Amino acid sequence: MTVAELAARLDAKVLCGAETALERAVQGAYAGDLLSWVMGRARAGMVWVTIMSNMNVAAVALLADVSCVVLSENVAPDEALLARAVREGLVLLSAPLSTYDVCWRIREGLADAAVL
Amino acid sequence: MPDIVRLHYDVDGDNFMAAGEASSTVKNVLKRLGIGEDMVRRAAICLYEGEINMVIHANGGTIDVSVSPQTIEMVLKDQGEGIPDIEQAMQEGFSTASDRVRDLGFGAGMGLPNMRRYADSLEVSSEPGQGTRVVMTLNIAPA
Ligand SMILES: Nc1ncnc2c1ncn2[C@@H]1O[C@H](COP(=O)(O)OP(=O)(O)O)[C@@H](O)[C@H]1O
Ligand SMILES: [Mg+2]
Repeated sequence: MTVAELAARLDAKVLCGAETALERAVQGAYAGDLLSWVMGRARAGMVWVTIMSNMNVAAVALLADVSCVVLSENVAPDEALLARAVREGLVLLSAPLSTYDVCWRIREGLADAAVL
Repeated sequence: MPDIVRLHYDVDGDNFMAAGEASSTVKNVLKRLGIGEDMVRRAAICLYEGEINMVIHANGGTIDVSVSPQTIEMVLKDQGEGIPDIEQAMQEGFSTASDRVRDLGFGAGMGLPNMRRYADSLEVSSEPGQGTRVVMTLNIAPA
């Protein structure tokens, strides 16, 4: 499952992201809002699901090398976050679902991809 | 690559928005030097945690990175209040961060544990009232 395919499954808005980044494969997910937990636990290629919307989200996402950031609960990124994400080609998605439901759909997507 | 590459950064205190600049520059330099992805990621996360600590706990400081063919060494120095009990500070979840800092997503008390997790060696020394010195080393695996 690519990031673009995940966006469709989540009915998410693609706020920004480089073409190549949208084609990256999703490798699991990590949900959380505390930045150090994300850096300690998320692995490269994972989706990061959070409700944090400040600029440090971009810094952490890039350092942790996640495949994309999903802002759940329709959270909107603040201007500085969006600007940095655009500049770096980072994919930001905004989904109308709760963090729980986002993770559920990621799990479904990964399961379907493994069957196909 | 040249024998040893040295980088120096001054980190502003209390500037959360610029925080992470040094780590992201270092990350790009390491990549360009041809260092493996996983090692670059580990080094960058260690440095970011250290950088953030200087911003939120010590009103800024300096970073010196040197990269040799064998190791990445990162030295962070500040003149903040220091850490009275280093053993306690190293524990997962221990944090003295303010609510303001926590609202931004920092202050989980996982910074030093992350540095210990990702660096091959971590040395923290501190003189209360004088500042803190953190040295992290990552060993570059032979190709
Ligand atoms: N450079 C520093 N100067 C002073 N105190 C520090 C410094 N770095 C860490 N500390 C102390 O150690 C504690 C734990 O640090 P850390 O594990 O990074 O967690 P956090 O930064 O989330 O509080 C901090 O809350 C602070 O009390
Ligand atoms: Mg910290």
